[in-house]
Amino acid sequence: MTDASAAPDIAIEVKGLTKSFNGREVVHDLSMQVKRGSIYGFLGPNGSGKTTTIRMLCGLLTPDSGEGTCLGYDIRRDADKIKRQVGYMTQRFSLYQDLSVRENLEFVARLYGVPNARAAAREMIERLGLSGREEQLAGELSGGWKQRLALGACTLPNPQLLLLDEPTAGVDPKARRDFWNEIHGLAADGLTVLVSTHYMDEAERCHEIAYIAYGTLLAHGTVDEVIAQSALATWVVTGDGLGALAHELAGKPGVDMVAPFGTSLHVSGRDHAALEATLAPYRSGGGQHWQHGAPSLEDVFIELMSRTKDNFQ
Amino acid sequence: MSATDRGAGRIPPVKPPRFGFLRRTYAMLAKELIQLRRDRLTFAMIVVIPVMQLLLFGYAINTTPRHLPTAVLLQEDSDLGRSILKALENTAYFKFVHEVQSVEEFDNLLLSGKVLFGVEIPRGFERAVRRGEKPALLVAADATDPVAAGSAMSALGQIVQTALEHDRVAGDPGNPPFEIRAHARYNPAASSRLNIVPGLVGTILTMTMLIFTALSVTREIERGTMENLLAMPITPVEVMLGKILPYVGVGFIQASLILGIGVLLFGVPLRGSLPMLAALSTLFITTNLAIGYTFSTLVQNQLQAMQASMMFFLPSILLSGFMFPFAGMPIWAQYLGECLPLTHYLRIVRAIMLKGSTLENLRYDALALAALMLIAMTIAVTRFRRTLD
Ligand SMILES: Nc1ncnc2c1ncn2[C@@H]1O[C@H](COP(=O)(O)OP(=O)(O)OP(=O)(O)O)[C@@H](O)[C@H]1O
Ligand SMILES: [Mg+2]
Repeated sequence: MTDASAAPDIAIEVKGLTKSFNGREVVHDLSMQVKRGSIYGFLGPNGSGKTTTIRMLCGLLTPDSGEGTCLGYDIRRDADKIKRQVGYMTQRFSLYQDLSVRENLEFVARLYGVPNARAAAREMIERLGLSGREEQLAGELSGGWKQRLALGACTLPNPQLLLLDEPTAGVDPKARRDFWNEIHGLAADGLTVLVSTHYMDEAERCHEIAYIAYGTLLAHGTVDEVIAQSALATWVVTGDGLGALAHELAGKPGVDMVAPFGTSLHVSGRDHAALEATLAPYRSGGGQHWQHGAPSLEDVFIELMSRTKDNFQ
Repeated sequence: MSATDRGAGRIPPVKPPRFGFLRRTYAMLAKELIQLRRDRLTFAMIVVIPVMQLLLFGYAINTTPRHLPTAVLLQEDSDLGRSILKALENTAYFKFVHEVQSVEEFDNLLLSGKVLFGVEIPRGFERAVRRGEKPALLVAADATDPVAAGSAMSALGQIVQTALEHDRVAGDPGNPPFEIRAHARYNPAASSRLNIVPGLVGTILTMTMLIFTALSVTREIERGTMENLLAMPITPVEVMLGKILPYVGVGFIQASLILGIGVLLFGVPLRGSLPMLAALSTLFITTNLAIGYTFSTLVQNQLQAMQASMMFFLPSILLSGFMFPFAGMPIWAQYLGECLPLTHYLRIVRAIMLKGSTLENLRYDALALAALMLIAMTIAVTRFRRTLD
């Protein structure tokens, strides 16, 4: 634990992680730092390398290059020690479908050496609100219940770090809110949580976020910092003929992104001067209401993604 | 699930609990047992396959040969000779298809396979019997089909005795007036059906044990549960033991079932010690499980696992001495055979059941089984992929 005492407030610290599959690089030179006790959101489009990165953090994949520590343990050499203190919730349900809720939890408890596995499993069943279903086979649970069981299984051994890979995919809003309350409760107790998600509202509930696309970490920091870093200027347009307007503006100089949001249209660009110049004739045209707005996290991400796409394809 | 449920004082795990190895192995074992119980197909396989195979093969082998094509070389035309031949044919074991005049013809028929059996009544046979000279009645059998030849031969003595009584030439049955000189050609050590039922025990166990574990790791990979398992603090040795041990019990039940049927239904004797047979059978079962598990760690999917098992099973049948006498195989095949657990187990099970051998006699084969088991386990543990790379 020498490393851990050197930086006791850092849970994850990795530098230059790279991973290729069949000659295709899916994680490229990725560095990140996660503070202990914080909730770290991991965002990025499908196939951007989130799952791959998480697997490298808990020793399930060996990075081609790069190094780092997880809870103070070297991710290459000390995978065994890391596994003892990390709860990993896989993206795809990976508990045993032919085991009941109780049997799955008891199995996990025994593997981690939780004293009195039966009692621990029973307690977890109650906390998860699964009482009455403990003898149901895990494979017969609904999607949301499966997610809940999986979260229960990975928190059961009292880990210090939770790696949650899209834990709320396909979960209803109420359950999602409960889930996040639980996560915040755990973090308040000192647990570190790294959670990947596609939901913007969840990103906003994280202490820090990182955005990854095509295997490259593009932005990280608090939500406000990420929005500020993007230096994106956004106009919010309301009124008539928004559809036609969106069509016209797309691809014009300075306009990086046009996106309808309900009854309004968000027009954003990084090059403020060019954006102003392009928009000036439309703004004076009337009929629509133009207003400076703060870009949303989603604006920032979509813009980041479209920018990197140009670099990669 | 709310944050307030949790006590404020989270105690981080200080040190790994004691007996971690046993605990984790037990966890794995308990899990496998539950899954085994729920998997009806596998469960059926445990009982149905061995019983079915044993009955099928056992009875197929047990079938008394009928109408074996037989040649007769009658060198004298006597009442006694005729009477013996009549008695032979009446049993329906034999069917005289050729009556030949010369020894050469007789040999050719056997060589070409036109007959499987030959009876020769030598010149001056009846006279010699009446004088009490104990002449020889020569019987030749093509023992390449040991089952057919063997049971026909064993029936012969009795038949001839009956024939003699009928002709009132016989004195006392304990001292027949002539000698039957049986010559099992091509396969002098004609193995009998008693030899084959114990062999079936080994063959059936090889097949079922291999398949049980050959699928175990690939199943976890294909169902996606491997990712979760690998993320937990369990070592390859613990996974292996947890997956093998439940099936040792299963194999033990199977072996008892098969041996029980063999003894009760097919009258195979058990001359040696039962505890020793049980112990060495358990060793053999574990060796096969370890080999199946090793395949499971080497292949990519369940189909390949099945193919690997078959690739192992076929030579086991052919080169172990189950199908063909081991001593008759070329040296290279014998070396290959020595690497197969079935070879050693066949010697063990035959020796214990039929000959009443002791552990002292079987030390080499027992050690060979143990060595094969350890080699397989070492490969399995070192080849077990601990990551998803
Ligand atoms: N074992 C593997 N073998 C080959 N390619 C892989 C493997 N695992 C992942 N990939 C590829 O790596 C890329 C990144 O995958 P990854 O699962 O990390 O993405 P992700 O960010 O988790 O995506 P999603 O949001 O859809 O879950 C994908 O293009 C995927 O096809
Ligand atoms: Mg993923």
